[in-house]
Amino acid sequence: MLKLDSKVPTGPIEEKWTNHIFNMKLVSPANKRKYDIIVVGTGLAGASAAATLGELGYNVKAFTFHDSARRAHSIAAQGGINAAKNYQNDGDSVYRLFYDTIKGGDFRSREANVYRLAEVSGNIIDQCVAQGVPFAREYGGTLANRSFGGALVSRTFYAKGQTGQQLLLGAYTAMNRQINLGKVKLYSRREMLDLVVVDGVARGIVVRNLLTGEIEKYSAHAVILATGGYSNVFFLSTNAMNSNTTAIWRAHKKGAAFANPCFTQIHPTCLPVHGESQSKLTLMSESLRNDGRIWVSKIKGDKRHPNDIPEEERDYYLERKYPSYGNLSPRDISSRSAKEVVDEGRGAQGQEAVYLDFRDAIKRLGKKVIEERYGNLFEIYQNITGENPYEVPMKIYPAPHYTMGGLWVDYNLMSTIPGLFVAGEANFSDHGANRLGASALMQGLADGYFILPYTIGNYIASERPKLVETSHPEFEKAENNIKNMINKLLSIKGKRTVDSIHKELGRIMWNKVGMSRNEKGLKEAIEEIKELREEFWKNVNVVGKNEDVNQCLERAGRVADYLELGELMARDALNRNESCGAHFREEYQTQEGEALRNDEEYAYVAAWVFKELGDWELVKEPLEFENIQLATRSYK
Amino acid sequence: MEEKKLNLTLKIWRQAAPDAAGGFQEYKVYVSPDSSFLEMLDELNNELESQNLDPIAFESDCREGICGTCGLVINGHPHGPIPKIATCQLHMRHFKDGDTIWVEPFRAKAFPVIKDLMVDRSAFDRIMEAGGFISVNTGSVPDGNAIPIPKDIASEAMDSASCIGCGACVAACKNASAMLFVSAKVSQFALLPQGQPERYRRVQAMVKKMDELGFGACSNTYACEAECPKGISIKNIARMNREFIKAKVKTEEIDV
Ligand SMILES: Cc1cc2nc3c(=O)[nH]c(=O)nc-3n(C[C@H](O)[C@H](O)[C@H](O)COP(=O)(O)OP(=O)(O)OC[C@H]3O[C@@H](n4cnc5c(N)ncnc54)[C@H](O)[C@@H]3O)c2cc1C
Ligand code: SF4
Ligand code: FES
Repeated sequence: MLKLDSKVPTGPIEEKWTNHIFNMKLVSPANKRKYDIIVVGTGLAGASAAATLGELGYNVKAFTFHDSARRAHSIAAQGGINAAKNYQNDGDSVYRLFYDTIKGGDFRSREANVYRLAEVSGNIIDQCVAQGVPFAREYGGTLANRSFGGALVSRTFYAKGQTGQQLLLGAYTAMNRQINLGKVKLYSRREMLDLVVVDGVARGIVVRNLLTGEIEKYSAHAVILATGGYSNVFFLSTNAMNSNTTAIWRAHKKGAAFANPCFTQIHPTCLPVHGESQSKLTLMSESLRNDGRIWVSKIKGDKRHPNDIPEEERDYYLERKYPSYGNLSPRDISSRSAKEVVDEGRGAQGQEAVYLDFRDAIKRLGKKVIEERYGNLFEIYQNITGENPYEVPMKIYPAPHYTMGGLWVDYNLMSTIPGLFVAGEANFSDHGANRLGASALMQGLADGYFILPYTIGNYIASERPKLVETSHPEFEKAENNIKNMINKLLSIKGKRTVDSIHKELGRIMWNKVGMSRNEKGLKEAIEEIKELREEFWKNVNVVGKNEDVNQCLERAGRVADYLELGELMARDALNRNESCGAHFREEYQTQEGEALRNDEEYAYVAAWVFKELGDWELVKEPLEFENIQLATRSYK
Repeated sequence: MEEKKLNLTLKIWRQAAPDAAGGFQEYKVYVSPDSSFLEMLDELNNELESQNLDPIAFESDCREGICGTCGLVINGHPHGPIPKIATCQLHMRHFKDGDTIWVEPFRAKAFPVIKDLMVDRSAFDRIMEAGGFISVNTGSVPDGNAIPIPKDIASEAMDSASCIGCGACVAACKNASAMLFVSAKVSQFALLPQGQPERYRRVQAMVKKMDELGFGACSNTYACEAECPKGISIKNIARMNREFIKAKVKTEEIDV
């Protein structure tokens, strides 16, 4: 049985990372150019890693299925990035960011990793400023901050409502500089379809060239996956259309343990669904909750126009239930509360939606200030819904958004396959059962700029991995497997479109493995997903051929993986007989309907090892809390 | 919200491969006004696939107007008839029952068609790689607040930086010039103190690459600004021209 070793260094938490850096082995500058590193994914985590490893002197091969690295899903992040700079003098510190993140994650993350994240957070801001990221400024020229859910300090840095865009362009330009210098070679429009493992060690990847259909093989001394999250398993989510699980899922099937797959974040402030043809859900940045007030009518089935509902008939339910955090309560709590009031029949004008209202903020601050803060978000809203949020409250509803789960990694961000590292949303590391706003950008860049460049060096210096030629039988085997899978998909010629199956899977996931879960539903979900998977492999229709641009084939491969991952998510949720963070099991709640954690039995990371389809082995990594006392989360 | 559905005729450019001859094909659709333009194409593709026909190749990703992946010429306008939005943000409520809509790829010598409505815009990346960056290594930087930047300068730089690299400016220009795109990046860095050390080298390197890649010259017709989904101002072009002239005067021509 696999044993998980988190490799957390000994010593006091404040000194772990510093000591670890000192104790890690180094590769001499002259030797670095003898080593090749594959980076799959060029979002925040991947582009920052590729740039930094290139600067250090390694030969980097970077892969993305996008036409350009600037298109990665990270570009869509709106609200901001956290850092414990305490520029506002409001009591922030590394320790407080560490504390907030552990608490926000409902005590299901690893203390040492989270502390390190808080520790390097300040460096990220410095780095991005130096790259020319135009963060918002105060009149005196210093950096501006705003607050985000789950925190009582202002530590979020932002660039209008386009923070992800600016940070990604920063990492992208840093990587471009290395491309220009010949240290990074970018392979765009390539989709990784398999990981090649030789003698138990990651040695390379197999990709499909999305323009020609050619299957290509690449080898390296180490492989990094920075391929993002898997929220699109729900079909409708806030993620970009092409975000998918294929890279990490195929690595999982090659031996990398998958941790906490059921921890998926449902974001409270998204636009409601408009109809069957809907292709994705739009996020309205959580930063709106700084000034917007969330409410529904006190009366069931109230169809009145929101502006006609008088003050005393409005229920500002978050302010009522959680007076100290109010509208800035963490995401899991806000989402569940919205679902509760909608289930009670009090949704906005009878719909699956609640109001997010700026009337009072506009009164208090003036329209100009609100426009400055949220202008582009208001425009997005008006453009999609046709309603003017300066005059009519926005309608919002929760939607799948972020996956805390991902491939298991140790303190060095190495998976259970030696030589395979995982960064950004693709790993499970820092957010426990719930991620706080503005922390994903921080984590992605921490992993890429400040952690991997050290830990990869240590791996190479201690293990001295050898390069395996792509003519090795394992590469050929992987290539053949992929070709067979593609041929199989193309030859089914059934009656169902890929999308119709994906939508059906999404409905199962949303209804039974979504915002609230119970044993019966999860068991049903497992069976339904299995049936749907069979249906897919018998009755899907993948049009066209491999040797061409074939978007239908691309989608089919991704959906095939979701149909397996979905089952594991349900199994993980079923195994976890407690409610924690975003994972809410109806059987485990307090009398007031709050999540009821079970630290005695479930204070562990659930790492799943793939045996065969439908059969996984559960390996537990116990979580120890030495610095922050395990306590019930309270945002009241 | 349920409004009356629309009957529309679509004339869509189909082209099997880069060197194949293309042409318009007609499709009839029946669509909700709440749908987005791309959702309409999704539905159409789903329909085509269920008839075992090749779906229409088009690209999109974020569907929020920020990644720059989408980009169609709709009734002659890059990103469609509504100003300041990307194709993915266009909703069908802007069309009328019975309308005929023409849908084409972005067309420019430097953006060859790959298939149907999909084009190759990697030339933009080549320009950025040539000089669109500030040379700082990870770690060797001062504290964020050590570089004070006036609020108005930061926000002007932000306006230039909000370009999404979609290429509509090129598609809109009769000369297929990339000046708006390139000048947005040059401006962002020329405005900021961090960008000063490489200011003159950068503009020369990027312009040189732009010329090499077959983008045309700018003849000041401003079609680019009108079609840009992010409202990138042509003031950026003026600034870049000044930068370029200054670079020639102040420095010897740099070997870029
Ligand atoms: C709408 C929205 C708003 C958000 N706002 C915020 C915010 O304000 N603050 C915050 O902290 N977080 C926010 N997040 C979360 C955050 O944006 C993401 O978690 C983060 O950007 C993920 O970065 P990444 O580098 O891990 O992955 P991504 O940016 O998703 O990049 C993945 C990369 O991997 C590549 N890739 C994937 N699979 C393959 C494959 N098989 N082969 C080749 N390449 C592959 C892709 O091409 C891409 O380059 C937001 C998320 C959404 C959806
Ligand atoms: S300048 Fe405008 S039109 Fe041109 S690439 Fe940038 S965003 Fe697109
Ligand atoms: S799909 Fe991202 S800008 Fe349109």
